[in-house]
Amino acid sequence: MKKLSYDVVILGGGAAGMGAIKGVLSQNASVLLIEREPSTGGVLNQCIHNGFGLQVFKKELTGPEYHEMYLETVEPFDAMYETTVLDVNFENSVLKAINAAGIYEIKYGALVLTTGARERPFEALRIPGSRPSGIFTAGLAQHFVNLENHLPGRRAVIIGSGDIGLIMARRLTLEGVEVEGVYEIMPYQGGLTRNVVQCLKDFNIPLHLSTSVVKIHGRERLEGVTVANFSDGNPVSGTERFVKCDTLVASVGLIPENDLVDKNIETSNDGGAVVDELMRTSVDNVFAAGNNVCIHDLVDFVTIEGETAGKNAARVAKGQKIPKREGFFKKGKGIRVLSVHYTTATVPFKMYVRVEHPMNMAMLKMNDTKLKVVLNAKPSEMIEIMLDPTKYNLKGEIVISATEVKK
Amino acid sequence: MNEKVVEMTCVVCPIGCDLKVTLDENGKFLSVTGNKCPKGAIYAKEEVTDPKRILPTSVKVIGGELPLVSVRTEKPIPKRLIFDAMKVIKSIHVNAPVKRGQVIIRNILNTKVNVIATRTVKENRKSP
Repeated sequence: MKKLSYDVVILGGGAAGMGAIKGVLSQNASVLLIEREPSTGGVLNQCIHNGFGLQVFKKELTGPEYHEMYLETVEPFDAMYETTVLDVNFENSVLKAINAAGIYEIKYGALVLTTGARERPFEALRIPGSRPSGIFTAGLAQHFVNLENHLPGRRAVIIGSGDIGLIMARRLTLEGVEVEGVYEIMPYQGGLTRNVVQCLKDFNIPLHLSTSVVKIHGRERLEGVTVANFSDGNPVSGTERFVKCDTLVASVGLIPENDLVDKNIETSNDGGAVVDELMRTSVDNVFAAGNNVCIHDLVDFVTIEGETAGKNAARVAKGQKIPKREGFFKKGKGIRVLSVHYTTATVPFKMYVRVEHPMNMAMLKMNDTKLKVVLNAKPSEMIEIMLDPTKYNLKGEIVISATEVKK
Repeated sequence: MNEKVVEMTCVVCPIGCDLKVTLDENGKFLSVTGNKCPKGAIYAKEEVTDPKRILPTSVKVIGGELPLVSVRTEKPIPKRLIFDAMKVIKSIHVNAPVKRGQVIIRNILNTKVNVIATRTVKENRKSP
């Protein structure tokens, strides 16, 4: 077994991991990236659509452009590609990794988890019927179409209206696949409004809200699905109808990827790593950033979080003391997701929250203090709140809530 | 005067501002509110006259480490030309290596807009 040692080891070289590398290098610490794929970039490589980079580069880029342009701002670094981490020993700060060349034991001063998310699988929906070929998650279909030059089928139904599903509705249409419609079980869309406009409305693809798939048909290949209207999460009897299709694309959410570490670090009930505003987890020399913390709307924020995580990880690896946690955030009424759960109450920081359900006018509060009013608040669109310890008391228990208010 | 107000979501960036566009009785653009940047105003005006979109897609690569290179129109092109543009883009291929920003198609459909590569594709050294 080969032995290596670095100040900071980063797991995952997507948008957050690239940011973390830059953050570590800014502190003159040594860094090693461990990446499963043959290159950096993660999901950016297959996200060939535009919509990235407005915060970091002040212009609108596609995923591959964002990846290459960001990488050009990062100094050279050590990396092990096509490598998997087998085990992390948090007590001794050492991990085992494997690739075609062998097994490695790698000692770290600090660890940064930038493992991103995986797609919620179709099987999680527990839909009755057969299991023929022709059923894909949206990201898998995207990988086939955009990187491997394969079309998944000829006539597609999309289940779930998350952003990747909407993007794939347009992508498949452009490539000559007939997209019959998008079916969303909730009474509101899952993805950004701009994607409903430019991916569905532009191509006259119908979005059926409060409707979902209740049965799968076909033996070898998918032949169709039965869809029905839904009310309060249950199908409405008598509304079932058959939709012919040979392809079903599931865009039903992302799950933070923490399988390797969730026995040892604190995670929230949605599976994300729980962090403070320095992006430190419940283990003092382990940091996390990006979609393995919480699912983000914008890649730019993922990279910026990665930079923070990398910088602070390097400080810890170099023996610098970083402040203790003083305040902890709780999800109050109307809040589904918080990006940060603890604070040291030493520096101003941004927190992202998602509301529980759509509100015409949402009042965001921190305990009894009013933070901001948000028009048209939707669970699909993250809300940014600035928290400054010189302006607010950020010690002790802090409940973040969102309530509907009238004009 | 019979002014009409149209509500729309700006698609220029992921912020997705909710716009209110005021038109005169002939459907001509008068004004817009709700945009957080000047690009939103241009978008609103174009959206009620001749809507435009960036077209992101891919082009076949010969001899590359990948079978495709992702491409996009450098600027938005008229929405009505998107399927015609796809036909042109699908009919061509490029040889590896491809550099990011390389012009793949010049002046597509006389729109004065180029189609450019959005990533690097190196040559495939494994096979001839």
